Amino acid sequence: MDYSSKIARHVAGIPRSGIRDFFELVQGREGVISLGVGEPDFVTPWHIREAAIYSLEKGQTTYTSNLGLLSLRKAISRYVGGFFDVSYDAATEVLVTVGVSEAIDLALRALLNPGEEVIYHEPCYVSYSPSIVMAYGKAVSVETCKEDGFSLKPEKLAAAITPQSRVLMLNFPTNPTGAVASQEDLEGIAKLCIEHDLIVLTDEIYSELRYDGVKHVSIASLPGMKERTILLHGFSKAFAMTGFRLGYACAPQPIIEAMMKIHQYSMLCAPIMSQNAALEALENGTPAMLEMRESYHHRRDFMVKRLNEIGLSCHTPGGAFYVFPDIRSTGLSSKEFATRLLEAENVAAVPGSAFGHSGEGFLRCCYATAFDDLRVAMDKMERFVGTL
Amino acid sequence: MPTDPLLQLLRSKARHTDAELAELLSLSPAQVQERIAAWEKDGTILGYQAVTDPELAEAGNVSAFIEVKLTPERGGGFDRLAMRIARFDQVASCYLASGGYDLMVVVEGKDLRDVARFVSEKLSTLDGVLSTATHFRLKTYKEKGFLFDHEARSERLAVAP
Repeated sequence: MDYSSKIARHVAGIPRSGIRDFFELVQGREGVISLGVGEPDFVTPWHIREAAIYSLEKGQTTYTSNLGLLSLRKAISRYVGGFFDVSYDAATEVLVTVGVSEAIDLALRALLNPGEEVIYHEPCYVSYSPSIVMAYGKAVSVETCKEDGFSLKPEKLAAAITPQSRVLMLNFPTNPTGAVASQEDLEGIAKLCIEHDLIVLTDEIYSELRYDGVKHVSIASLPGMKERTILLHGFSKAFAMTGFRLGYACAPQPIIEAMMKIHQYSMLCAPIMSQNAALEALENGTPAMLEMRESYHHRRDFMVKRLNEIGLSCHTPGGAFYVFPDIRSTGLSSKEFATRLLEAENVAAVPGSAFGHSGEGFLRCCYATAFDDLRVAMDKMERFVGTL
Repeated sequence: MPTDPLLQLLRSKARHTDAELAELLSLSPAQVQERIAAWEKDGTILGYQAVTDPELAEAGNVSAFIEVKLTPERGGGFDRLAMRIARFDQVASCYLASGGYDLMVVVEGKDLRDVARFVSEKLSTLDGVLSTATHFRLKTYKEKGFLFDHEARSERLAVAP
């Protein structure tokens, strides 16, 4: 059978993820030190795991409300109110989802009519452009650069806005660059969104992981923005809960209602044991989260210092757990650099080009890896760069 | 089996450098490193930490000794439940004991309420926990071999008959 005619055209047209290509290269090699994994190296704190076990023991194995357990939504509303300084009504403005990934999909499907444009800043997480395409939208990327610390500059955004623009996607701190947006940039972006009547989809998954004592600011908290912002957040990164697959969306009631319509028919609800674990994370997880953040902070400082010593110029990322060194001085493409580094020294890092054209010339190194391994990886990278 | 002299030295003071340890035991620093690495790997050495006076280092913190009675399970006895309790960050030590109760659990918290909440919400709600008896620590006289007698430590004479 000719399957190519059976797969929907807009799905067939989505290219394979660059991360997956590279992952297959790494697999099957022994003794690789991987700086390529985009998740915490901590196991979920025990009290959170225990809460999930306890809920199973007590027989809590049913569906929950489509929106999620009310107790969890109330805890989310309290947490978001305190952390982001934006208040949402737990009963009508919070939706619990299966990770932020589902929330992004729901939001795009709820907002877009075919052909409408969604603007996002690049380099970015690999799912953004495909998610837009799968929701029949048109993905419009705005390239960011090292000189701007990979933040989105309002002037660059302004140049990308057309009469078809409907949504702006933001992700600060950013995967893969660790970039953060200054208050000034956020205000400029907010002004443009109000002027052009855009809805903002802000993926705040790394927002707890801000360093140097800087308080995170979400665009949702700026004047006039709550009414046009969908704030997406989850538990994976800050609480080391990737496998629990739990996220949430906070937005005005009509938008949550529209997202819920899709969620109730495709997912019904997020798993109850994950919801119970998340409730424990919000109620008692902050001390463990702060300890993990401290540990990432030390490792970030080490990586930035070593990469610059090696001669791979690297900006100091304000958040997340990635550094994004510039490898253009070696004359190699990012794919060549990553492949040859893997072959010569068994160190895996993801080519920047996997995160969009503007990632070319860079490498994503995740430092959520044991400190001793980071030290060895940097020594190996130094030796490799010396041979070029 | 007598305790290895290197291990004995580390148990009294873990902050010796490898060079100092090598000198004290007439070994090479490489031999010291190798043996310590082997102990760390096989679990003989579990970790290193400073022994502190809680009144000076963690003012306001409280500890409690909790006697816990459990229902043993088929197959594993007390182990599964004991490990589940031991994994909580608040639990500093956890021992199976002979006598009138089964587990001695040492819990640390930032105040009385913190410990009380742990006992009432986490510990006593577990299936298999039959009862708990909580004893708060009032004063410490000795910890991990170190006496708490700051005033009494008298200076030795420089020269003595």
